[in-house]
Amino acid sequence: MSKTSSASLFTSELLKPALRDAVRKLDPRELYRNPVMFTTAVVALLATVLALRSLVAGAEDTFFQLQLVIWLWLTVLFGNLAEALAEGRGKAQAAALRSTKAELTGRRIDGEQQEKVPASALRKGDLVRVETDELIPADGEVIAGVASVNEAAITGESAPVIREAGGDRSAVTAGTRVLSDGITVRVTAEPGQGFIDRMIALVEGASRAKTPNEVALTLLLTGLTLIFLVAVGTLPAFTAYAGQTISVPVLVALFVALIPTTISALLSAIGIAGMDRLVRFNVLAKSGRAVEAAGDIDVLLLDKTGTITLGDRQASEFVALPGVAQGDLVEAAMLASLADETPEGRSIVALARAQGMEATQPAGAEVVTFTAQTRVSGIDADGREVRKGAVDAVLKLHPFDARATQALRQVTDRIARDGGTPLAVSDGTRLLGAVHLKDIIKTGIKERFAELRRMGIRTVMITGDNPLTAAAIAAESGVDDFLAEATPEDKLELIRKEQSGGRLVAMCGDGTNDAPALAQADVGVAMNTGTQAAREAGNMVDLDNNPTKLIEIVGLGKQLLMTRGALTTFSISNDVAKYFAILPAIFVALYPGLGTLNVMGLTSPQSAILSAVIFNALIIPCLVPLALRGVAYKPRSASRQLIGNLGLYGLGGLIVPFIGIKGIDLAVAALGLA
Amino acid sequence: MDPIFLSTLIVGGTALLSWPLGRYMAWAMDPAGNNGPTNLFERISGARGMQDWRSYVASLLIFNVAMFTICFAILSLQQFLALNPDTKGALDAHLAFNTAASFTTNTNLQHYSGEVSMSYLSQLAALMWLQFVSAATGIAALAALARGIAGRETMGHFMIDVQRATFLVLLPLAVLVAGYMVLMGVPMTLQGAAQAVTLEGATQTIARGPVAVFLAIKQLGTNGGGYFGPNATHPLENPSFWTNLVSMIAIILIPMACVWMFGRIIGRQRHAAVIFSVMLVFLIAKIASSVWFESAPTYALRDLPVEQTLGNLEGKELRLGATTGPLWAVLTSSTSNGSVGAMHDSLNPLTGLIPMIGMWLNATFGGVGVGMINMFVYIIIAVFVAGMMVGRTPEYLGHRVEAREVKLAVMALFLHAVLILGGTALFAATPWGQSTTLNPGAHGFSEILYEFTSAAANNGSGFEGLGDGTAQWNIATGIVMLLGRFVPIILPLAIAGSFMTKQRAAESVGTLGVEDATFATMLAITIIIFGALTFLPAAAIGPMAEQLSLAY
Repeated sequence: MSKTSSASLFTSELLKPALRDAVRKLDPRELYRNPVMFTTAVVALLATVLALRSLVAGAEDTFFQLQLVIWLWLTVLFGNLAEALAEGRGKAQAAALRSTKAELTGRRIDGEQQEKVPASALRKGDLVRVETDELIPADGEVIAGVASVNEAAITGESAPVIREAGGDRSAVTAGTRVLSDGITVRVTAEPGQGFIDRMIALVEGASRAKTPNEVALTLLLTGLTLIFLVAVGTLPAFTAYAGQTISVPVLVALFVALIPTTISALLSAIGIAGMDRLVRFNVLAKSGRAVEAAGDIDVLLLDKTGTITLGDRQASEFVALPGVAQGDLVEAAMLASLADETPEGRSIVALARAQGMEATQPAGAEVVTFTAQTRVSGIDADGREVRKGAVDAVLKLHPFDARATQALRQVTDRIARDGGTPLAVSDGTRLLGAVHLKDIIKTGIKERFAELRRMGIRTVMITGDNPLTAAAIAAESGVDDFLAEATPEDKLELIRKEQSGGRLVAMCGDGTNDAPALAQADVGVAMNTGTQAAREAGNMVDLDNNPTKLIEIVGLGKQLLMTRGALTTFSISNDVAKYFAILPAIFVALYPGLGTLNVMGLTSPQSAILSAVIFNALIIPCLVPLALRGVAYKPRSASRQLIGNLGLYGLGGLIVPFIGIKGIDLAVAALGLA
Repeated sequence: MDPIFLSTLIVGGTALLSWPLGRYMAWAMDPAGNNGPTNLFERISGARGMQDWRSYVASLLIFNVAMFTICFAILSLQQFLALNPDTKGALDAHLAFNTAASFTTNTNLQHYSGEVSMSYLSQLAALMWLQFVSAATGIAALAALARGIAGRETMGHFMIDVQRATFLVLLPLAVLVAGYMVLMGVPMTLQGAAQAVTLEGATQTIARGPVAVFLAIKQLGTNGGGYFGPNATHPLENPSFWTNLVSMIAIILIPMACVWMFGRIIGRQRHAAVIFSVMLVFLIAKIASSVWFESAPTYALRDLPVEQTLGNLEGKELRLGATTGPLWAVLTSSTSNGSVGAMHDSLNPLTGLIPMIGMWLNATFGGVGVGMINMFVYIIIAVFVAGMMVGRTPEYLGHRVEAREVKLAVMALFLHAVLILGGTALFAATPWGQSTTLNPGAHGFSEILYEFTSAAANNGSGFEGLGDGTAQWNIATGIVMLLGRFVPIILPLAIAGSFMTKQRAAESVGTLGVEDATFATMLAITIIIFGALTFLPAAAIGPMAEQLSLAY
């Protein structure tokens, strides 16, 4: 997880445009989106008018009123600044993205002819030809050809990837560069709606709609504001009973201090920063909603390969059948694998070498390559037909001797039970034995699963292996459950089953056949190398193609909500101290006895009111780093999470303002401001 | 009697009694199958089928409008009707409106003295009948809310529930308590007032009537409306220490049992225990502080050469003991009961603040049924904030708390604040209130604040010292009572209704637990910050200013 130090938040290159934006955001049409800050601006305006009137009339508390006005406007500006800073960080990223997109042109295929047109003229369904060293002009699907493509522009990863027609690696992205060969691409996105366009909009925060949780929180904060409007607005009537009046600027100060300005000012910054953290983590969420949903995940569907085990299985053992010399088996397995460039094949050769076997491919040998239909590979040489492959597939090659078949079954069952994958080896009509291919479980993955379990998240391993193998790997890796011999339909059904039980499911996938499951899952992370269909179906795209990230994505989602909750708690708890600062200051003239409530021993009523308002304004920029970075997140159970955050932000929110307001009061008094 | 012992006996003893009663109430209100009583109630009311939250609320409102109308009619026409041996005259229309609103809403704010103004028919058929069915309405609404939270298909049927609450819960208990009261010397007669000749030879008219039954349901149903004007300080309404003791138990018994009933219907006893504990802590804190504040003598006597260790005896019925004043004040204001065992106006200023806090929160333990419903609003807010802090979209027992639920909960809190503070502001700033208070300054302000608090919280106790019989007071508090009763029932039912339409989320160690001390703490903080802080400015220039000005 990339971490940005808080110092870098306030560099001048970020700060200057942010300050400009903060002023621009005073536009009522912008402010209106945030009801609490809008209200603050309205009462600040009211206080301004009153202060100006006092100025004209030469009232004695004009200086005090003017100071109040300044701090009220600063409260609004600090809120705008927080949002502008959050957006600013994204904008820098967007600018870089935009530069890759500028000036893209493509050669549109029109019948026999090719016509050079700007990317903005390309429509969905158009065909374009892209040759070596050209930039791909629009998002699309390769329909002919193979090319190696450098996608560093979007992933930051400079190693080229293969893009080819058909299969699961057909999607290409605008702005990426073809390094070799040429491809024909069918455009799949209208201009301005491509992948990079969406990415730019997202990181800029332009297309940011409020998430459901944000809407709910805004309602709570607005409701609180209304309640305090009643609590403060009725005070003049209350004091009228005692034949006294309270000055309006003082009431405005009390009102602004009580309403939850802190969290409201930081609310959108928290949301933007949450998305931004994900982008920095090279995951692109299509909506803020998806990020929040990630925090709610109950079940993680994890592909075995690449997530739980290292991608490649390694040969670990040759098991010869009774009556077969060990050497015969090893030699046959080696011969069958010499031309096999898959990691499994190479590991068989390596293991055989390690066991002292030396064999070279006979001249004139005919290589039988692995296909999805036959599921065997090997060579034909010197009249021998050496084969290795999936047990069932090998057994179908010939009517082998029944006893040998049975013996082979015993061996392969044992291997499967141990979590390995058996490959059968045959030479002509003779069964020789089996190769034990072993899955290598990633180090530390067991601890990760234990951690997830403590957080209440269940992990389900998805694998094409048979149930015996799957069970063994599941046990070894510590995953909670597994789905063996999984077809895309099985996955979809599993997701539906979990969801009907009220659980939210996350998964990742890349193939076209993953698309329905990706769409059904609450959080579907598509690999960037995947097909266009998969990328469309998921609500996040992982630019690094690393399925393990699903675990971190859940953490990021939780961190986002926790930051929001923690700052809400902090903001609301602050009210206690503010009451103790302002209430005695307002009422002490009316009832001198109420001076007893001035527990902080603030210098004077004016200085008390001013200090509370200054604290209320300054706390916003002080919390901006926390809002942008997110609260410290540790994976632990909900109740421990609550104890931790309630202790830190609830108790902190009670205590900090007492200290802060007292300190500001001392400074205000020392400077003679009130 | 030692105040600590007495308070522990009453609160602890009632808490113990509430457990089996809660169990019985869950059986009575929410039987597993269609039992005998249910079939009977279905036949009586003709109610069939089940209701969603909208039709449940509709039935509830229609029923209550009907009850209000009947009550208003009887009160307005009592001079022409039967059971009027002392020939009580006509009531003002605005008083009849206020009284009908007051008893329909389970408030029992009384801008009249029963023995002076009400015929026996008015007392029994209009007022006492409403004391049953208004309490039953609250219990029914809680049962419906619990069914919604339990994830049932429907909320049940209001007409069945209200009969269950009336005939299976309130009536048997009322018979028990009334019987006890009769044995203890409380009058129970339909004969007119007694005439007595005093020692000086003067003739005295002693009002009496069917007091015992009225008294029983007034306490059990958190109604609080006294048969006599002085309520439970009247010697015929509360003759002895022993009637006093049982009265206090009757005040908090059903509100406490409602929490257990809620827990049983939703199938989460531990959660109910957490709620109960939070309510209990608030109750104990209120009792402890009010007993302590009241242990100081009234300020006027402070410098006089009189015994200073007896505490404030002004406005107390000494035959009931000095502790009973503050203790009763807390119990009656914590439960929306509103009967009084001492003059609240004469309490020391800070002691007088405690009943107001009880009514501002209105959920510790609160009125029958509705106290738990009010607490549900605080739970929603607490769950929402705490839920975010555990890093998930907030959920309450698997129900996702989203914009709609938050909006409805905040509306309930907002309404409570508006009714109390808005009403107080209106009357404090105008002659409507200013010319009716008997005291100047902070104390007079407290009288107005208390009256609106009592009306909005459907409590019905009076601070007194207020000429509240005017048309303005009658109409304003009547409206406040009606809004303060029905909106806070409808909004939570709407929340539960919204829960029922959503898929329920599974619970795990990753979801917010509502059954531990952490959640209890969160809930308590929420109640203080969202419930109490709103009223701090009003408290400051009312009771607190009065107290601190005295000391100044």
